[in-house]
Amino acid sequence: MSRIRHMPRALLVGLAVTTVVLAVALMSLVWTPHAVTGVDIAARLQPPSTTYLLGTDHFGRDLLSMLMVGARTSMAVAILAVGLGMLVGVPLGLSAAAMHGGWLDDLVMRGNDLVFAFPVLVIAILITAVFGPSAVNAILAIGIFNIPVFARVTRGAALAIWTQDYIRAARVCGKGRARISMEHVLPNISSLLIVQGTIQFGLGILVEAGLSYVGLGAQPPLPSWGRMLADSQTMISFAPQLAIFPGLAIVITVLALNLAGDGLRDFLDPRIRRAR
Amino acid sequence: MIRSNVMSVFALAACLNMSAALAAQTSITVGMQLEPPNLDPTGGAAAAIDEVVYANIFEGLTRYQADGSVVPALAREWTISDDGLVYTFALHDGVTFHDGSSMDANDVKFSLDRARAEDSTNAQKRLFTGISMVEAVDPLTVRITLSNPDGSFITSLAWGDAVIVAPETIDTATTAPVGTGPFTFSRWVQGDRVELARNPSYWGTPVALERATFKFISDPTAAFAAMMAGDIDAFPGYPAPETLPQFEADPRFRVIVGSTEGETILSTNNKSDKLSDIRIRKALAHAIDRQAIIDGAMFGYGTPIGTHFAPHHPDYVDLTGQSAYDPQKARDLLKEAGVENLSLSLKLPPPSYARRGGEIIAAQLREVGIETEIANLEWAQWLEQVFRGKDFDLTIVSHTEPMDIGIYANPDYYFQYDSAEFQATIAELKLASDPSDRSRLLQAAQQRIADDFVNGYLFQLARTGVANARIQGLWENAPTQANDLTGVSWTD
Repeated sequence: MSRIRHMPRALLVGLAVTTVVLAVALMSLVWTPHAVTGVDIAARLQPPSTTYLLGTDHFGRDLLSMLMVGARTSMAVAILAVGLGMLVGVPLGLSAAAMHGGWLDDLVMRGNDLVFAFPVLVIAILITAVFGPSAVNAILAIGIFNIPVFARVTRGAALAIWTQDYIRAARVCGKGRARISMEHVLPNISSLLIVQGTIQFGLGILVEAGLSYVGLGAQPPLPSWGRMLADSQTMISFAPQLAIFPGLAIVITVLALNLAGDGLRDFLDPRIRRAR
Repeated sequence: MIRSNVMSVFALAACLNMSAALAAQTSITVGMQLEPPNLDPTGGAAAAIDEVVYANIFEGLTRYQADGSVVPALAREWTISDDGLVYTFALHDGVTFHDGSSMDANDVKFSLDRARAEDSTNAQKRLFTGISMVEAVDPLTVRITLSNPDGSFITSLAWGDAVIVAPETIDTATTAPVGTGPFTFSRWVQGDRVELARNPSYWGTPVALERATFKFISDPTAAFAAMMAGDIDAFPGYPAPETLPQFEADPRFRVIVGSTEGETILSTNNKSDKLSDIRIRKALAHAIDRQAIIDGAMFGYGTPIGTHFAPHHPDYVDLTGQSAYDPQKARDLLKEAGVENLSLSLKLPPPSYARRGGEIIAAQLREVGIETEIANLEWAQWLEQVFRGKDFDLTIVSHTEPMDIGIYANPDYYFQYDSAEFQATIAELKLASDPSDRSRLLQAAQQRIADDFVNGYLFQLARTGVANARIQGLWENAPTQANDLTGVSWTD
């Protein structure tokens, strides 16, 4: 309880909003006010009302329901992309740090530089050209873009841990590099990874919206925030709610995740905590 | 002090207005959604080529008019032999190409021989296959002999693919077209615009415009903004029909709604193992609510069709009732055909009629128990996968060529409809020159493809355009792919 009281306010706000968005996304699995795949042309472009809380789009689909399912799409893509980045990037970073100065270190880091040189959009276009556009390919693209981020953060943090006395003690005891990485290094850099993961999560939502906006993300009829924005562009002058609400959803979610990420860093970083 | 400043600003504005009004505007900027890949109408299939050069830069022996009728152009007049095989054209005297050389019978012979040659890359080669011989009798007389009578030969010559080109300049026509038209080509800034200028030595009626620019804007939102800002004076194929009510309410603009030759169809791969059964194709047809697609995808602009034929054509047969919206019937048909959990690929090219229409059709098919997997493709991918590769179940596309029901006679065409009976009808039609015979055959052909449920026939694409209210003379309908600027002028 006292820990919660000491949490920075930004962290509390960020976590609360993120939890709400996650809850809405999960709820859309079992219930939405209206079906999102049903097209009802007669009810298109309705303003917000009691039947359609946020109005309907140009196909007569309920905007609120689409936003809820869109939250699920965005969250799923971003979480899986962060997971992919961590799953590949963290072991790479750990092994690079363990073999510091060796050929493996060089290989991993130069490989990172190579992937880093390609913007996420270019990776996405590349993948799309080969496999066609889909949400899975958006996950792949964002995930690949996340790999070097995690690899670098992990390596940098792990290198600092490797100079600690307890690591030397472990080595004297005869533990191998791999085992030390898993048992001593990883737990000590986990807070950093959580912070980075939260920030990448927010970025992932933004990038997913961007990819869907240009048509490289989730394909219709699966709703996604980015495509809702793209679809509403020409209608912004007479049905502004179609652009405002998906836009707000993206802004609020990304802001919340960034607040949570910043707050977590302040909260988990022992140096900053001690200073307070 | 402030007041006098305001006054002088008003005075200045008034002066500017006056000078603008005094000098009548003689240039126009026309918006187009797609940029042509090259500027040679005799060597490419893209509609955008004709939309820049037809009637403006290049002319044929005959030409289309705004109302769809075909009138003499470079040919002053012609006579047809009694057996319908020999056409003798008298050419206009004093016609020159933009490079100064004169246009004569040899150029006509060159153009037509080139179009029908073995190695011709002409996109509408079929128009010329009936020609057996072209002779230049004298510089102003051309005699064309056909191997069989062809009732639509004069119309064929009006196509953009049949324009007269010069042998000296044809090799560079892809980037620097040289024709006989009232406008000369000045410059092509790739990715942005093509500029034309008035041809001072034009043989016919001179045009009112001194300068014309075709500007390419593919994004509907950007097109809307450019139109509203006045950067574009006219956008004949305006891509965002949902914004038309705003232009209608604005006195600065005029909304032009006309018809096109574009039959928008749910193209169905007849050789796909899932769709070769006519009952399934019939089920698809009954599952589709055309009016919902027209309202949802085109915001109400479009005419429902029941076969592959333009409703404004006198020989059109309204067969929409044969494939009326009836989801229960569709479900019954699917059950009868013994298919369950049918899942089809639906590959959509970029135009909004396809992207939006696709989402609506996907929802309508889901109603009767057919799942679709939508893939949004760019044009190049679409041409590669669907049109050439035939790797698709369903796609939505508008066939904008006039009188193109003949494509159903080609079993290798991308939807792969192979009916000996239909092919015989078209073969007979090619030989028929009697109007009542032609009309009967055209109606039989329409009936045949409707009976066979070859494709899902959705709607005739409307031509929705926006123009500055002071522009007159733009084409309302699109009988062929063209932005004919010869009659366009500004009023004050």
